[in-house]
Amino acid sequence: MKLNDFQRIAHLSSLDLSQAEAEAVLPQLQAVFALVEEMQAVDTSGLAPLAHPILFLRDLAQPLRSDAVTEVDHRAENMQSAPAEQDGYFLVPRVIE
Amino acid sequence: MSWHQLPIALMAKALAAKEVSSVELTQYFLDRIEAGKRWNAYLDVSAHLSLEQASKADKIIASRKSGKLTGIPVAHKDVFVTRGWKSTAASKMLEGYQSPFDATVVSNLGIPDELNPNGAGMVCLGKTNMDEFAMGSSNENSAYGPVLNPWNSEYVAGGSSGGSAAAVAAGLAPIATGTDTGGSIRQPAAFCGLTGIKPSYGRVSRYGMIAYASSLDQAGPMGKTAEDCALLLSAMSSHDPRDSTSLADSGEDYGRYLTQSWIKDSANSAKPLEGLIVGLPKEFFAEGLALEVANAVNAAAKALQELGAELIEVSLPKTKLSIPVYYVLAPAEASSNLSRFDGVRYGHRANEYRDLSDMYKKSRTEGFGAEVKRRILVGTYVLCHGYYDAYYLQAQKIRRIIAADFQAAFEKCDVILGPVAPDVAWRLGEKSKDPVQMYLEDIYTLSTNLAGLPAMSVPCGFNTSNLPIGMQLIGNYFSEARLLQVAHQYQQNSDWHLRQASEGA
Repeated sequence: MKLNDFQRIAHLSSLDLSQAEAEAVLPQLQAVFALVEEMQAVDTSGLAPLAHPILFLRDLAQPLRSDAVTEVDHRAENMQSAPAEQDGYFLVPRVIE
Repeated sequence: MSWHQLPIALMAKALAAKEVSSVELTQYFLDRIEAGKRWNAYLDVSAHLSLEQASKADKIIASRKSGKLTGIPVAHKDVFVTRGWKSTAASKMLEGYQSPFDATVVSNLGIPDELNPNGAGMVCLGKTNMDEFAMGSSNENSAYGPVLNPWNSEYVAGGSSGGSAAAVAAGLAPIATGTDTGGSIRQPAAFCGLTGIKPSYGRVSRYGMIAYASSLDQAGPMGKTAEDCALLLSAMSSHDPRDSTSLADSGEDYGRYLTQSWIKDSANSAKPLEGLIVGLPKEFFAEGLALEVANAVNAAAKALQELGAELIEVSLPKTKLSIPVYYVLAPAEASSNLSRFDGVRYGHRANEYRDLSDMYKKSRTEGFGAEVKRRILVGTYVLCHGYYDAYYLQAQKIRRIIAADFQAAFEKCDVILGPVAPDVAWRLGEKSKDPVQMYLEDIYTLSTNLAGLPAMSVPCGFNTSNLPIGMQLIGNYFSEARLLQVAHQYQQNSDWHLRQASEGA
């Protein structure tokens, strides 16, 4: 990972890191990736990825519930933690000029 | 009466016999929490809410409708959302956040009400400190300061459930909940001299657990004894239709084998573990393991042998690779899970910003701590086009090999025994500047999370500086009751789990 990669990844992560912060964190990330490189020596040809531990044990059918309304309206409670709110809506900066 | 020294199994008997009320017990622990603030074990305590619950528990006991856990206080890791107490996952991002609902674990253990008629009747003492968003191996990553180890306050308590571990070890709670994504129940339990179990993936609902890495996270109990852990786990686990990875409810009593011999109705009472085959993975006793830890775990293996178990060597050849595999998969899942923290619906929002994108970036940059940012960056990178196959898919393929290695080992043995961590707790600050050095401490715990297996930490000794050492017992899928049986039989013949932290007492 290089410094220009880092700024691209920080942007994709929605993190705003200064040049100084990037220079401080980059060696730590490079050390992590040096550790991760150990994986490349393993021959995994023909192996299916295991995304979920229980899939190793059994095929989990996607659980289905009956198509019925189960949740009641919790709007007021859910809005209580909103950083900015008006008339039951989340307020965000203007996105369309 | 020193209630904090009593296992909850005995506390329940005292409550049933009316030797103490739940209100008295709760006040006792609230007083200890107040006096024990120096450990930084709790993030939020609300005495009147706890006492209100205790009063309800006393009414249930008086009406003779109580269960095994009614009226017993419990501390919850701050990763579980709770009505009444703040839920922050030890992050500034969620400072002051109040959840409108309880996590399933919290409601399963809590006072029964209309919403939750099957609650076990336990009293919430408060929320315990943790590594921010459960990311850490030492509990030094909390936005609210590190947790100190009650055995020696210059040392870490272990992470990420370090607050829960310190609370029980210092006698600020009789038992606590934790979560384990890569060892976060077992390692702090080992560092603080406790018993803790991470059950099979899917046993305990993750609904209301603030997610770190969804295919690895699993909740479990941390207490003084295997018997206590069995009691709590039986009440914690249930099928939850709100968690699509929650397994069908087996309605198990995880304590059902505790007092039985390994072979049912065996006449040899001196050797209750006769017939048990214990596998010692050679990779767990290789270079990097501290001599004192190796000696303590080997002595524990011999103790199991004296109880009738047979010891054999097994191999888990990809143990070393569990570190890179975990540190690809967990950050990848974390980068996705933590994208919900954008300052729109809840959590921290920056004061000043230019536009929506700037608001997201500034809010997240101000709200997350250094380790969380590091893992988000790693996770985003490994999921990027061009790197996805080399990192993320390769890690998932090796995950399959790691899970298969365990199955090969379990063809030869019933349980696997090894150390929890390469060494005892380290000094505060000792490893903070080198994240990779810290990651290497997880080498013996990560692989079971990758495979989804149950595993527990059991106290088995102390080093020369009087810091606790834990042994790890790993079982095959859904063998929690058997693991607890082995641990209980060991604890009937050892006293490591009964020792009290001198600083915490």
